[in-house]
Amino acid sequence: MTIALIVRRSLRQHALSTTITALSIALAGGLLMSVWVVKDQSQRTFTQVNTGFDAVLGARGSKLQLVLNAIFHLEASPGNLPASDYEYIRRHPAVKLAIPIAVGDNLRGYRIVGTIPELFTDVEYAPGRHFALAQGRLFDPSAKEAVVGSFAARRLGLAVGDTFHPFHGLIYDERNQHAETYRVTGVLAPSNTPADKVVWIPIHGLQTMSGHDPKSATDVSAVLVQLRSPSAGFMLDIMYNKQGNRLTFAYPIGAIMAELFQKIGWFDKVLALVAYLVAVVSAAGVLVAIYNSMASRRRDIAILRALGAGRLFLFSAIVLEATAIGAIGMAVSFAAYAGIVSAVAVVIQAQTGVLIETFAYSPVMLWAPLGMIALCAVCGLLPAWKAYRTDVAENLAPIS
Amino acid sequence: MNPGPALLQIKGLRKSFPAPDGGRKLIIDVPDFCLAEGEHLALRGESGSGKTTFLNLVSGILAPDSGSIQLAGSDMAALGEHRRDRLRGSSIGYIFQTFNLLQGYSCLENVLLGMTFGTRADRSQALALLGRVGLSHRLNHFPRQLSSGQQQRVAVARALAKRPKLVLADEPTGNLDRKNAREALELVRETCLETGAALLLVSHDTDVLATFRSVRDFADLNLALKEASS
Repeated sequence: MTIALIVRRSLRQHALSTTITALSIALAGGLLMSVWVVKDQSQRTFTQVNTGFDAVLGARGSKLQLVLNAIFHLEASPGNLPASDYEYIRRHPAVKLAIPIAVGDNLRGYRIVGTIPELFTDVEYAPGRHFALAQGRLFDPSAKEAVVGSFAARRLGLAVGDTFHPFHGLIYDERNQHAETYRVTGVLAPSNTPADKVVWIPIHGLQTMSGHDPKSATDVSAVLVQLRSPSAGFMLDIMYNKQGNRLTFAYPIGAIMAELFQKIGWFDKVLALVAYLVAVVSAAGVLVAIYNSMASRRRDIAILRALGAGRLFLFSAIVLEATAIGAIGMAVSFAAYAGIVSAVAVVIQAQTGVLIETFAYSPVMLWAPLGMIALCAVCGLLPAWKAYRTDVAENLAPIS
Repeated sequence: MNPGPALLQIKGLRKSFPAPDGGRKLIIDVPDFCLAEGEHLALRGESGSGKTTFLNLVSGILAPDSGSIQLAGSDMAALGEHRRDRLRGSSIGYIFQTFNLLQGYSCLENVLLGMTFGTRADRSQALALLGRVGLSHRLNHFPRQLSSGQQQRVAVARALAKRPKLVLADEPTGNLDRKNAREALELVRETCLETGAALLLVSHDTDVLATFRSVRDFADLNLALKEASS
């Protein structure tokens, strides 16, 4: 009780430095937890997001590029494949469903993807979940109509009945406007998948857009594939990737995305290292704050000793004070974490359409606060040692 | 008043400190000193004569080079620091010239903290003592909100609240005006009488010393002073 009173009063007496130090710990703790959770959740989400498909068939090239282009609507297409390849895989007995997509245009930076209505009617983008329309209806495959993903619709300010002109290429350039006019017939409900940031039009419309090469009017950019069994995937993998040399069969999608995270693993490590350094520096702030205030504390320490307080008691009080600053900081760090991670989630969603789960429990939420508090306690040892060695008689001046 | 049994018995007490020439300077050399239970004794001594050092040795804040300090059956000089702290916390009330109140704590908390180490914080006892020194209306005031006289009264309450066997007072009126000094001194003596505590006061103030029936010269007690002057 007494030690709690002494710690509480000391925190209050040094309120400014306590507040600043606790805030720096809060930011450091929030950053540490954010880096960990964003890294963890991104990896988990991106290796799980397959929008309901097992594999992607595309032009010969990198599997990762194919997956990023066809599933995440990032990256450029590695090339086209003829309609016959789409027809072949669509009819393959090992394939349950094949959906062609064509890319190459955008609407003010948001990708326009040509596809068939079955993408919205036959595919579960996650177990038990179909794409749903928030407003309107699906496009007519033979008309110049569009269904807009929820995020893209919000950002582009599009609603049912609005019209737009597509722009050529994947990067927005206002000089590359196509002549065709498309009408929005539907807006998708949020799915928290990359589909949310896409403007969907009939595949025929994209293939035959003015200015596109008429010779490739039946080509597709990729085929999204649902398999009847996992073994079928390995069979097609051998057929396309080992025996063939014209096309690439990207399977399984999760493993390919995991490779991406392995490749950029060094970046995670750098981020984690920075977060650790920030954590250590802010914990050292506790040491500096308390150590610098030792001169003003000496008299109080001497008085308490004269009243009968032992050296160990005062040593413990200082360590406890450092621990309390750490605990206060880490309590506030959850607010910092919420702010940082929410902002990062918005950026990730804007870039990929994928919404990472920001407030799911992660072990870092336990070990980071405990670790930081322990680190602060360790940082309290030096000023505590100084308190332990305070000369009582000298600090009870004047001497008669 | 017949002296009671000895509360404080000092034998061969010596304490030296490092001197600028690299040697050690003997500051305290008290061959024999005794204070009875409930006795009130004033020690007369000039500034720098080692009175505070003597009180710090008696209270166990400093450890002597040699000698024994028997206090209520325990030899303070032979105890380790932890047990000296405990004995000081339970048996000794210390009143300082500069009050030495904890500035971040209220009057009541200062008094409670004075009771915590060695005994237990008894809130009703603390309230009673603060009432006794006339500060019932200042319980939650901080020292900086009080006058010097009031601060010394809090210090007296803090020293007496744990019902110590011995009260040490180091120039307790040195920072007070004449009126406050007289009141504080009366308060210390009265509360010591009420609680049965022995009082050992050191001062160079003749007005203060005149109020004591029993006064001794510290110079007679401390042979180190005689050696220094000879």
